[in-house]
Amino acid sequence: MRGVTRAVRIGIKDLWLHRLRSLLTILGVVFGVGSVVAMLAVGEGASAQALERIRRLGSNNIMLTATKAVEETTSGQVQRTSVYGLTYADEKRLRESFPSVRRIVPAKLVRKEARLGERSLEVRVVGTTPEWFDLVPRRMLAGRELEPHDLAGRSAVAVLTESGARKLLAVERSIGGFVRIGSFAFEVIGIVESDVGKVGDLPTPDQDIDAYIPMTVCKDRFGDTSQRRTSGSFEREQVELHQVIVDVDDTAHVEPTADAITTMLKRFHKRVDYKVEVPLALLREAEATKRTFNVVLGSIAGISLLVGGIGIMNIMLASVTERTREIGIRRAIGAKKRQIIGQFLIESVVLSVVGGLVGVFLGVAIPWVIQRFSGMPTDVTPESIALALGISGAVGIIFGIYPARRAAELDPIVALRHE
Amino acid sequence: MSELIRLEDVRKIYRMGSEEVAALDGVSLTFAQGSFWAFMGPSGSGKSTLLNLLGCLDRPTSGRYLLEANDVADLDDDELSELRLRRLGFIFQSFNLIPQLSVRENIELPLFYLGWEEAESAARASELAEKVGLGHRLLHRPTELSGGQQQRVAVARALANDPAVILADEPTGNLDTATSKQIMELLQELNAGGKTILMVTHEAEIAAYTKSQLHLRDGKIQSIEGERG
Repeated sequence: MRGVTRAVRIGIKDLWLHRLRSLLTILGVVFGVGSVVAMLAVGEGASAQALERIRRLGSNNIMLTATKAVEETTSGQVQRTSVYGLTYADEKRLRESFPSVRRIVPAKLVRKEARLGERSLEVRVVGTTPEWFDLVPRRMLAGRELEPHDLAGRSAVAVLTESGARKLLAVERSIGGFVRIGSFAFEVIGIVESDVGKVGDLPTPDQDIDAYIPMTVCKDRFGDTSQRRTSGSFEREQVELHQVIVDVDDTAHVEPTADAITTMLKRFHKRVDYKVEVPLALLREAEATKRTFNVVLGSIAGISLLVGGIGIMNIMLASVTERTREIGIRRAIGAKKRQIIGQFLIESVVLSVVGGLVGVFLGVAIPWVIQRFSGMPTDVTPESIALALGISGAVGIIFGIYPARRAAELDPIVALRHE
Repeated sequence: MSELIRLEDVRKIYRMGSEEVAALDGVSLTFAQGSFWAFMGPSGSGKSTLLNLLGCLDRPTSGRYLLEANDVADLDDDELSELRLRRLGFIFQSFNLIPQLSVRENIELPLFYLGWEEAESAARASELAEKVGLGHRLLHRPTELSGGQQQRVAVARALANDPAVILADEPTGNLDTATSKQIMELLQELNAGGKTILMVTHEAEIAAYTKSQLHLRDGKIQSIEGERG
């Protein structure tokens, strides 16, 4: 073992004699390893973020959304009512016909103006049930969530999202106060955090400026018909339910249940005026994307390390030629072939491992800079570092063995005469 | 004096294209412990080939070579290396020091391959440098030394493993007369101390420092002068 450390020291000394050349030699490995570690970190960070968002949507959830069927688009000049979306009957059937369905959260979505004191703001009114807060779990900042008695008692109460509340200048003191939504007064009973984002095409169920009110109250006060003024003409829509979140008891049942729901909806809807989306499928997709990404990365890594390795081999071959006489001297003195192989192999491994270490440094620094200046999340995993170092060491051995063998196979007599 | 080396009908044949050239053509000879030989002859006479064979850098095509009663002809590359490492020391015309190593590290080289501890090997190297008169130059690079000094370092390196035989290939070939004299006196001194030295030279003045002279021509022994082992 002492022999090896001494041989490594001698190898480093020889490489140090040709500092510039050694530096240039390792650049290939430096950039190879650096780019691998950095790209893995960026990829890992991005996919971790995507997975986290998908998990936030709930991997056991199925999202049903009302969409205006394509052929139903209003012609624009006349006032007419478009009727579409999920229905109360759909909700009932969902509750009754699927044993794997654990909870169902229907939601009516209405845009209304909200007023608190002097301030007014357009909010999205979400008429829903208390389970909303189970399936869209967000931190309560003040007050309480909707509760079953609010629905049963048809209480005019509202839970505001944080940013909506902030814009209306609501504070903790506003709990118990009244906010006007449309032409009705609602008691503010809670303020909840919102966590808004998009996963692929799928937005989170909550939005920044929401007011959650009991479904029953929403139905009573705002009805199923909404009017919107678009470029001079009114557009009337009649939608019973805009959104239904279905919570399935087991991850394994999510996709079959989604298929069954689609089949059922197809039967009762003449047009496709709904969307069935499965976060789990997105999760699968994200995982598949990550796998593809890893394969691509692996190929890039392989190519760059191959290039780095060839660089090392090139220089080691030059070094063997340059040091032919030295090899002859060592052989004459009594060095065995394998000791000559060892000497040159150690040099190439030292080169590639030093290149690997510098590359890891680079590969850690780059994601750090990216994260710092672009806010993109990155994640340097210990595995990626170990992998990069392992491969760079292997590159040193694989591409060092040929030059080293060539050195060892030199005829000492010929080598001694070499000029 | 006891016999150290025995050559029996040694031939070395090189193939040059379709022609075969006998660099050594049936050499039988013994070298005694403590002898000091000069191998002489015109170029192509086989003197260098003989030295390479004796130095275990090459193997005879046929014949026997006994070094300290061991047959060397059948050894493989590793065993020959081992033999060189333990029993032989080399001095070359062009000194053949490793330029990136210091004087001390050059002298230590055989000890490195022998696996000596660093402290012991450093001590041995200084002792040998002292012996060849370069105790004050241990940390210099070979290129910072004169030719004579470099050859002294090479002599010290050849002595490091305490070899049975020192093989010298035109050791004064690159040196001026005064320095050559010093080197030959150093070799004489080593021989007087009991070292067997086999040297190739083509200069009669240099051969005059030795005890025995072997004249070769066309791969054959032409004549032997001086002491016979």
